[in-house]
Amino acid sequence: MAMQYNEKVMEHFRHPRNMGVIENPDAVGFVGNKTCGDAMKIFLRVEKRNGKNIIKDIKFQTYGCVSAIATTSITTEMVKGKTLDEAYNIGRADAARELGGLPPIKMHCSNLASEAIQAAIDDYRKKHKNIKENV
Amino acid sequence: MERIYLDNAATTRVDAEVLKAMEPYFTDDFGNMASLHAWGREAETAADKARREITKKVNGKEHRLVFTSGGTESNNFALKGIAFANREKGRHIITTKIEHDCVLNASRWLEKRGFDVTYLPVDREGFVSPDDFAGAIRKDTILASVMHANNEIGTIEPVRELGKIAHEHDVLFHTDACQSFTKVPIDLRKDSIDLMTVNSHKIYGPKGVGGLFIRQGVRIEPLLHGGGQEFGYRSGTVNVAGIVGFAKAVDMMKEKHIRNMEKMRDLLIEGALEIDKSWLNGPRGEKRLPNNAHFGFEHIEGEALIIHLDLKGIAASTGSACSSKSLEPSHVLTAIGLRPEQAHGSVRFSTGKETTKEQIEYTLEALRESVETLRKMSPFG
Repeated sequence: MAMQYNEKVMEHFRHPRNMGVIENPDAVGFVGNKTCGDAMKIFLRVEKRNGKNIIKDIKFQTYGCVSAIATTSITTEMVKGKTLDEAYNIGRADAARELGGLPPIKMHCSNLASEAIQAAIDDYRKKHKNIKENV
Repeated sequence: MERIYLDNAATTRVDAEVLKAMEPYFTDDFGNMASLHAWGREAETAADKARREITKKVNGKEHRLVFTSGGTESNNFALKGIAFANREKGRHIITTKIEHDCVLNASRWLEKRGFDVTYLPVDREGFVSPDDFAGAIRKDTILASVMHANNEIGTIEPVRELGKIAHEHDVLFHTDACQSFTKVPIDLRKDSIDLMTVNSHKIYGPKGVGGLFIRQGVRIEPLLHGGGQEFGYRSGTVNVAGIVGFAKAVDMMKEKHIRNMEKMRDLLIEGALEIDKSWLNGPRGEKRLPNNAHFGFEHIEGEALIIHLDLKGIAASTGSACSSKSLEPSHVLTAIGLRPEQAHGSVRFSTGKETTKEQIEYTLEALRESVETLRKMSPFG
């Protein structure tokens, strides 16, 4: 079946933003598995600014289709510089909208990006659970 | 950017000479072959000539070639037509797990209407075992349908042996030869084949034309009822231009073209297997379609790889779940025992008569680059 991806999706697939790893990250999130064909790993560097936890840097690794790679790429752009709470609430619909739409059958692929970021934030909070987060 | 087409198992370019042969039948000799006048007679003469030529190619003296709209129609016609014409005799059909969707879905449709279908397994290379085949035959078996060659992994099935077994048990034998027709020798008589599906667009002929060879005397119900064209087997105004093009395409397929496909296939296989953590699906050598190369790459998702190659001007295909409507990995890859993650990373290249060594070299370079890039991007790579 021919997949009709728009230019923006293809652009992110061709040149994924924030692809790679962060050495000694503050938090890591991993979702998906090889069996289902999509898996993502998110690395976070978190910085406290004016009492808020801000995503200073984010990197990702994705195993998956065009749609999975493009949504992870744009989602990392969207959450960079945001507070952890703001980032946590960026859902898959936001990423798909920002990309200018995905083929309907590919919408499920966009779940994973936001889930991976949520998993990374959960990881951060777990590690810092004694420190009350000031939003 | 030069574009390299390595998806000839999906479809092929219409050869310029085929197009030229067809042209008069759109413009000057446009007649309906059911008409009594000169236009009708010309059309009928052309279609009959085409029918004779194509039939000769497969030693079909005992068979009648009924033209259809293509492989899907022919396979539906064979299965449903035989099932309904012979249901007094029995209601059991044998096929395999690796048939094309049109055979599998026609079989499932028949199951809902009181027929019983056995789907034979295959081994790691995609071969049906003649012993399994013989063991599946029951007293009420009316038809066995096993493809001549698999469209995904290129396995050529032992149809001669299977046809013989079927005939020993008085079971009709059908084979879907869409991928192999003109590329792999087949002899309707010696191979004990009662019905065979062929089509035109995979051999440089037009889309929308195919055929079903039917052994004379075999009882079969038509799918389409109407004006009684095609000996009453397939109503509908006959696509004369398409049929003429089909015959021209059959005539044009020469040994040298097949040798080229094969040579390019082997270059591709040799080069791709040099890539780390790659493997070949399907058999090697003579039991593989001359134009098929099918690989797996660990830690790679097929759709991403196909689109990566597409950006470099190379056309190939994949059995990855992400490329399918169902989001399930290919049933063929599952049947040969690949794990889902292995099936996701599968890619098929199919060479053609025009494929060159330079194109294969460029493709291999692009393939190495793309696999490396995607592995770097992956958390598993």
